[in-house]
Amino acid sequence: MNVRIPDPLRSYTNQQKAVEAAGATVDAVLLDLDARYPGIRFRMVDEQGRLRKHMKVFVNEESVRDLDTRLQPGDELTIMQALSGG
Amino acid sequence: MTTLLISSRKGAFVLDGGGARASWSLSEPMFLGHIANHMVLDPRDRTTLLLGARTGHLGPTLFRSTDLGRTWNEAARPPAFAAGDRLGRALNAVFWLTPGHASQPGVWYAGGSPQGLFRTDDGGDTWEPVDGWNDHKMWEEWAEWPEENTPDGSMLHSIIVDPRDASHMYLGLSAGGVFETTDGGADWHPLNQGSLALFAPVPDPEYGHDPHCVRLHPLRPDRLYQQNHCGIYRMERPEGRWVRVGDNMPRDVGDIGFPIELHPRDPDTAWVFPMDGTDVWPRTSVDGRPAAYVTRDAGETWTRLDRGLPERAWFTVKRQAMTVDDGDPVGVYFGTTSGEIWASTDEGASWKCVAQHLPEIYSVECA
Repeated sequence: MNVRIPDPLRSYTNQQKAVEAAGATVDAVLLDLDARYPGIRFRMVDEQGRLRKHMKVFVNEESVRDLDTRLQPGDELTIMQALSGG
Repeated sequence: MTTLLISSRKGAFVLDGGGARASWSLSEPMFLGHIANHMVLDPRDRTTLLLGARTGHLGPTLFRSTDLGRTWNEAARPPAFAAGDRLGRALNAVFWLTPGHASQPGVWYAGGSPQGLFRTDDGGDTWEPVDGWNDHKMWEEWAEWPEENTPDGSMLHSIIVDPRDASHMYLGLSAGGVFETTDGGADWHPLNQGSLALFAPVPDPEYGHDPHCVRLHPLRPDRLYQQNHCGIYRMERPEGRWVRVGDNMPRDVGDIGFPIELHPRDPDTAWVFPMDGTDVWPRTSVDGRPAAYVTRDAGETWTRLDRGLPERAWFTVKRQAMTVDDGDPVGVYFGTTSGEIWASTDEGASWKCVAQHLPEIYSVECA
């Protein structure tokens, strides 16, 4: 599955904008992503398994916060962070 | 040789003063754009640096360098509460770092927001929650929980290890008070008698105080100093009662501030940087006239130190943003929210700005 990575997390993916990861749910994909790029998941998901407040995950074009959301073959994951701050 | 480790709202810097402390050289930024709360050198190997960081959106983490900052790696398991934590706590920030006892190389402690305590045994690569604190039966009473979302969160800071005994430690909660363990962190008790909490329903509760910075003198470990939201205090152990030595400060300046720093060889000498704690608490220098104050007699008298500082200025010096070196005379340093580093190489008698135009400074430590 193709996973699009936002700028602030590309230090984990050797600056790749999109990487491959596998899994039947969003959570499984993020765990697989962490196995390939250690440390990346904790920046997005807290120790209680909750997506951090300012992070967003899209399955195709739909924003999901339930990490148990099941994925279909051909789905694409886009990780975003809120565009705010200063 | 004096090197200052600077943590800021937009990254970390190293400021090198060489042996003479006369000419200062600033590094390029490290972790530019990250919120760097605290960067500390391990005094046991004088090589390992730890840096607690996060960004505005990404979760907290910890970076390590084992070559004095030339290269960095992220901790394999950064500080975090346990998965399935009984209160569902998640760490927002690694706020404070303290190297462990000299007899325990590799041990460090980290304080967080929310007010958790964490420990590593491998020099900062993997961290575990200190259950004796985080799951203490009184934790929800002592700590600010649920978090009140103060601008920078509730903080656990001033983790102090007694140089005589690795199992004897202190910590400070802002807010919550000062706490002590004598069994390596398995159990804790409040240590606030004598200090005030003027904002509380009763002014002298057992806990609920707001220590801003607590220091223990390494050569006289039975002596503690505290800069509190409600004054400057000194404590002599084992008695365990805070005495408000800030009452000896000039009345028109008061004794409110964030940092307190101790002379490395003289337990009677300490520096503070008073701030305006009136009205809505601007936390800037009193009347916009920055000055440090020093005591040479354990708080009985205080002397104003403002030669070289701006006549008027409106910055804040945060609790980790003042430090001393071990030179002779001692160098005293502070960083400001307006991004300046001020240095004194004559124990505060005169000051010189040695770096400016930096981001808001959160901490300054000597390496």
